[in-house]
Amino acid sequence: MDSVAQRLSTVGSANALELRGVTRLFGALAALVDISLTVRPGERRAVLGSNGAGKTTLFNCITGDFPPSSGTIRFFGEDVTFFPPYERIRRGLRRTYQISALFPGLTVLDNVYLAVRGVSRGRYSFIRPRRNDTLVNAAESLIQGVHLTPIKDRFVAELAYGQQRQLEIALALAGAPRFILFDEPAAGLSPTERAELVDILSSLPAHIGYIIIEHDMDVALRVVERVTMMHNGRIFKEGSPQEIEADPEVQELYLGGGHG
Amino acid sequence: MALAESRASGASRAATQPTWLQNINLAAVLVGVIVVIMPVIASSFVLTQIFGWSYMLGTIALSLTFLAGYGGMVSLAQMTIAGFAGYLVAILGVNGVPGGIGWPWWLAVPAALILSMIVGAAIGALAVRTVGIYTIMITLAIAAAFYYFTNENYAIFNGHTGIDGIPTPMFLGVDWHAPLPSYYLELGVAFLCWLAVSYVVRAPFGLALQGIRDNPRRMAALGFNVNAHRIAAYVFAAVIAALGGILLVWSYGEIAPGTVSVSAAIDILVIAVVGGIGNPIGAFIGALIYAVLKTFALDVLVAFGLDGNRFRLLIGLGFLAIVFFSPDGIIGLWARWRNRARSGSSRAQSSGGGHG
Repeated sequence: MDSVAQRLSTVGSANALELRGVTRLFGALAALVDISLTVRPGERRAVLGSNGAGKTTLFNCITGDFPPSSGTIRFFGEDVTFFPPYERIRRGLRRTYQISALFPGLTVLDNVYLAVRGVSRGRYSFIRPRRNDTLVNAAESLIQGVHLTPIKDRFVAELAYGQQRQLEIALALAGAPRFILFDEPAAGLSPTERAELVDILSSLPAHIGYIIIEHDMDVALRVVERVTMMHNGRIFKEGSPQEIEADPEVQELYLGGGHG
Repeated sequence: MALAESRASGASRAATQPTWLQNINLAAVLVGVIVVIMPVIASSFVLTQIFGWSYMLGTIALSLTFLAGYGGMVSLAQMTIAGFAGYLVAILGVNGVPGGIGWPWWLAVPAALILSMIVGAAIGALAVRTVGIYTIMITLAIAAAFYYFTNENYAIFNGHTGIDGIPTPMFLGVDWHAPLPSYYLELGVAFLCWLAVSYVVRAPFGLALQGIRDNPRRMAALGFNVNAHRIAAYVFAAVIAALGGILLVWSYGEIAPGTVSVSAAIDILVIAVVGGIGNPIGAFIGALIYAVLKTFALDVLVAFGLDGNRFRLLIGLGFLAIVFFSPDGIIGLWARWRNRARSGSSRAQSSGGGHG
């Protein structure tokens, strides 16, 4: 725990993420009800809950894919409730998608290059990058970080599922991320790939905090220091992984049955 | 594709698939040589009526190929922008109707281009709020509105008669209206536009546009302002369409509402689709087919004892056949034929042709 304390002390004072009374309605259906959530800079948190608990909706509200029906969202102290997604991304927010959302007709390198370009200037540039372009180099080192260098010139459509999931993570790490939302990054991965994922998440720079939605407790509880449980669009319990695992109510609802 | 090609240009790529590169170069060089020496082999009728016209229509269709093929936005207003630029050159410059402003060409052309960019941005700003069929509908509505406006408005557009007596400028001591110079002027502009599009689609702007075509929501989550990017694409396409429109006016010496009619707008779509929107050259292939059909179909039909005005029937049938058998146009046919010709060898890199 020392390393966690040290990590949290090295970063600024404003909260990375602060949600106040966030509610999201889809017609009569309340996907999120009065969510209040505070995440400190550098903090790593898991959001758990059954299907339909509102986890992905929560992510969509935080990134601005759709705005909350009411409530406010602050990102490093700034009210971003009504910002379009790209403004939030340019401020250091990142996300990955539950179902891979990549560009299958482009190569691995082009995919990562777009991610790097998206958070830097020159998005409208009419000049092709040169051989030793800084952003191309940045894209290549991101690719190296997720072990995809040997296939960087392949089209994404040709990649195996696990490789696409790794590419998703590379896209989320482009530029200077300050906070990342991982939406079930381990879904469908083999045990080896899961171990690699845990390695990648644990070796992220200390100042980068994240929220991870993950059904696999072995992954989720190993890479976070705090857990938020959701149920029917509401926050139902918060605590450390140990507390959550030991909680009889939680065990009854989620950790019983499937997970041993 | 884009970066891989621009970065690994030359050495490594040439080493892995020399045949592919040679094929491309050979075809391109051959076409280049043919179009440059065309004045030697073709009559001046063929030169202006078939080839010159193809270059101008192809340039306008190229602007649609760019929007549709790389941006996923089918705009029927590209002929409208071309016609708007043509009208501006006529109105701002010298013309045969009383009331021409009489600016020299070097003032009228940049003014026409800039105003066309503004109009392109305005059309784009309306169109990007819609997708798919609704983009087609809104741009069709704009095209129809402009057509009827030019028909009714006499103060500026001289109504149904249009504007005539527009001289082709003389500069560099050359009469650009003569068959030979006008051929090379039209070829040169078409070539530069083709070059610009081919380059830009692999620059960050074009690459991001393709990303937006494939997954706009993800592009927003990577930091791109999707709508602004799309509008910028409309502006770029407007410049190309406007250049084509200005050449049309110089070539005919006149412009009338018929140039911007709804059927003319649809012809541009037909040209782009028949040629193939997966590759910038498709626009010119489609335009050449269109020009040949439109010029000779009449005689052929009359020879068979049919009404010559039914040439559109032939174009329509050709369009049907293409859409039926090769949704990615003539370019798609060519790409498939080439793939079959060298089946087995270096197939992985064949995708240069098109995404559909």
